[in-house]
Amino acid sequence: MARSLKKGPYVHYKLEKKVAVNIETSKKTVIKTWSRASMITPDFVGQTIAVHNGRQFVPVYVTENMVGHKLGEFSPTRSFRGHAGAKNKGKK
Amino acid sequence: MARIAGVDIPKNKRGVIALTYIYGIGKSRAQEILATAKVDESIKVQDWNDDQIGNIRDAVSAFTIEGELRSETQLNIKRLMDIGCYRGIRHRSGLPLRGQRTKNNSRTRKGRRKTVANKKKATK
Repeated sequence: MARSLKKGPYVHYKLEKKVAVNIETSKKTVIKTWSRASMITPDFVGQTIAVHNGRQFVPVYVTENMVGHKLGEFSPTRSFRGHAGAKNKGKK
Repeated sequence: MARIAGVDIPKNKRGVIALTYIYGIGKSRAQEILATAKVDESIKVQDWNDDQIGNIRDAVSAFTIEGELRSETQLNIKRLMDIGCYRGIRHRSGLPLRGQRTKNNSRTRKGRRKTVANKKKATK
């Protein structure tokens, strides 16, 4: 179910603060975050955010198209490399 | 013969059903179109007169259908793939996007079964 419009998009408050600081000082420091559930708001565009995937931080450069998605969507938590023996068949 | 929205020529069927042959028009939209064009739903396509066809054409043009709709969906998918989000990755690898299981089933996305030859059992 979609989130209530009354509440507005969810952004972790600390992340929001850090982005605001970055904009104010017009710096582009990489922001580390564990908050995969945070929505990307228009303020994020141009920032690089390192999103945790459970093991490491995946740097995500936010573009305009990404607005409205959640940060976690850009930091995959599983790495499936293919089944054993699948590689000798050769990829198409 | 009636040509509506380019190529679609469904004949000798009831109006509601014939309109659903157009990509992007289902039953409810067909009903809506015929209501705005003030044509009875159960008149067959061959019995439409020119006035009615004109009205129906106008009503149909209010929707994005056929090629335009197809390219729109393709663009949406392309956007997902370009930004590299989870759904885009799933599109790329041809797997279901909405968290369905992939241990079995999901053949619609994955296509026909690709059988892998049995691994040789270790002999004791």
